[in-house]
Amino acid sequence: MTGSMPTYLGMPAFPDAARAAVANSQLRRNLTHATTAIRTKRARAVAELGDWEDLRQAAKAIKDHVLANLGTYLVRLEENVTKAGGTVHWARDAAEANAIVADLVLAARGGGRVVKVKSMATQETGLNEALAERGITPIETDLAELIVQLGDDLPSHILVPAIHRNRAEIGDLFRRTMPDAPRDLTDEPPQLAAAARAHLRSEFLSAQVGISGANFAVADTGSLVVVESEGNGRMCLTLPRTLISVVGVEKVLPSWRDLEVFLALLPRSSTAERMNPYTTIWSGVTPGDGPDSFHLVLLDNGRTATLRDPVGRQALRCIRCSACLNVCPVYERAGGHAYGSPYPGPIGAILSPQLRGLSSPVDASLPFASSLCGACYEVCPVAINIPEALVHLRARSVESQRHYPERSVFKLSGYVLRSPRRLAAAQRAVALSRFVAGRKGRIRRLPPPLSAWTDTRDAPAPPPESFRAWWARTRGGAS
Amino acid sequence: MRIGLFVTCLTDTLFPDTGKAVVTLLERLGHQVEFPMDQSCCGQMHFNSGYRREAAPMARGFAAAFAGFEAIVTPSASCAAMVREYHPVLAAHDPGLARDVAEVAPRVHDLATFLTSVLGVTDVDAYFPHRVTYHPTCHSLRMMHVGDAPLRLLRSVRGLELVDLPDAETCCGFGGTFAVKNADVSAAMCADKVAAIRATRAEVVCAGDNSCLMHIGGALSRMRTGVRTMHLAEILASGDGT
Repeated sequence: MTGSMPTYLGMPAFPDAARAAVANSQLRRNLTHATTAIRTKRARAVAELGDWEDLRQAAKAIKDHVLANLGTYLVRLEENVTKAGGTVHWARDAAEANAIVADLVLAARGGGRVVKVKSMATQETGLNEALAERGITPIETDLAELIVQLGDDLPSHILVPAIHRNRAEIGDLFRRTMPDAPRDLTDEPPQLAAAARAHLRSEFLSAQVGISGANFAVADTGSLVVVESEGNGRMCLTLPRTLISVVGVEKVLPSWRDLEVFLALLPRSSTAERMNPYTTIWSGVTPGDGPDSFHLVLLDNGRTATLRDPVGRQALRCIRCSACLNVCPVYERAGGHAYGSPYPGPIGAILSPQLRGLSSPVDASLPFASSLCGACYEVCPVAINIPEALVHLRARSVESQRHYPERSVFKLSGYVLRSPRRLAAAQRAVALSRFVAGRKGRIRRLPPPLSAWTDTRDAPAPPPESFRAWWARTRGGAS
Repeated sequence: MRIGLFVTCLTDTLFPDTGKAVVTLLERLGHQVEFPMDQSCCGQMHFNSGYRREAAPMARGFAAAFAGFEAIVTPSASCAAMVREYHPVLAAHDPGLARDVAEVAPRVHDLATFLTSVLGVTDVDAYFPHRVTYHPTCHSLRMMHVGDAPLRLLRSVRGLELVDLPDAETCCGFGGTFAVKNADVSAAMCADKVAAIRATRAEVVCAGDNSCLMHIGGALSRMRTGVRTMHLAEILASGDGT
């Protein structure tokens, strides 16, 4: 069964959304500035490790092993979380997960406000909107998520959800929407951070329920792991009486030894740090220390459906580091919102259409939202061959969708190109079309759909003689 | 060594001078080149667009046309990568074809690595007195792993002034049908590539794939930059008096 991401229903196809983004000068400047900085730093951090490729291959092998034995490790995780005093819930899709969380929140304290750790899984399920419908106010405490929430915006990056905003836009937003922001708040980052800190502090101290995701779940001990930079996550994970964690089923790892590999790969890939400032690990509940009630919601939402595809399933190795976004030339220009999912960029282009299916306009367009340059595969810490998965999903799309009238063009061109004789005939016909070329052997304008080329680029005029015609003429068609 | 030239359908149809340059160059280095007339297209456009059923006969045709050659050289790193990486995928359900592909595919080389690794030459006795910058195409870099082979070849060309291209390893935005299906993002990527090329003040931008050069060259021409594109083979084939 495929999943759903309710927040993103009705998004336009990628090329249409990207057209607007490409023309947005502020967005372009913000994204180029941010992605250039982070990819340069990442390259430096990765280059420090002599065994990077070994770590990468180890991580890939661990994840593949887990995915091949997912049932075993999930049951082990459930047993050990339960043994440690936690409660495990299973959610088939977004709606089930949201309902479980809302019921738990209401049972814990009958509504009100809950504090949230930055979590991709709950972005995926649209938890905030679902909680609001049940009268619960979720407060995002990750600085960038808070910016997105205050702006009634959508996240546009996995690690830095507000990457599309610059400090001037954030200052303006805080002055407009944060009631306790200082009246003379400037756009200086330390001032903005201080305002957010003061704003969040009262929430941390009063919240009865915390909601999180997890980067990893260790089956052997039933331990959950959250890796973060700000420390706000740790506040949410330790201060409230009740903690609810929504975690994708693919996040499970067999043992602590496996975890070690990922704790080396993730910070360098995502924030370009040797080690992230805060790593919080907990196993069930500990009397007198942290929450006294812990619930783990294990989320499928299209993951087992994805697991069925032998090529596509490698997307489930993803550890949400964002390295692929930061190096992607398409992401840098189109921005995250064009991907119509909390998972933007190259990984989103292969993950979203698998989790949700290929039927909506945006999902059908995502596998084609790439020039197949391969920069993403090169930096991926778990060696997801994103270009391979993209062309695989394109084939699945062609098999399952109409693709009218494109299909007839490809069928006809395939008929011509697979035959040397027909190709030669086509070349002779193309040579006759030289009269449309400009004086300098350039074609300035072609009819649709090739006008999409000549709108911004000249096309080469066909030569009077193809290579094979030249060869046949000068070498007598030998061999 | 029996060398077969896989010219690629794009170069065959639109850029025959590149094919002629490969022949000139290899003959100058003392090798005989054959052009099997049975060749057509490697099927990359169809494969990458999801039309595997249409691409499969092209993989079959390729294996048949180039059976028996010790080395197959092509002026496209991208098409070489298609044959090496994805023809086995297209042949996966056909044991006979899989055998033929396994025989032929590893013998396919892009021109630059064929010269430096197979023939072991970097100085091809070329003369090209111009200011040139080199764009490493994505598939040459990340699929064929050509490394600095093209740069070593260019540095050995007499008279050639080689200028580093800023952000050279960033994609130009061609991407096959991506250039048309996502024309806005493709054009935005190309604009940045053109800006980087302009910053070098080179007269010529050179690469190992005519597909990317067609895209970059189309933009350079549209903007009347006066910068021209040339395939690596054409520079390496240039000599005194040519």
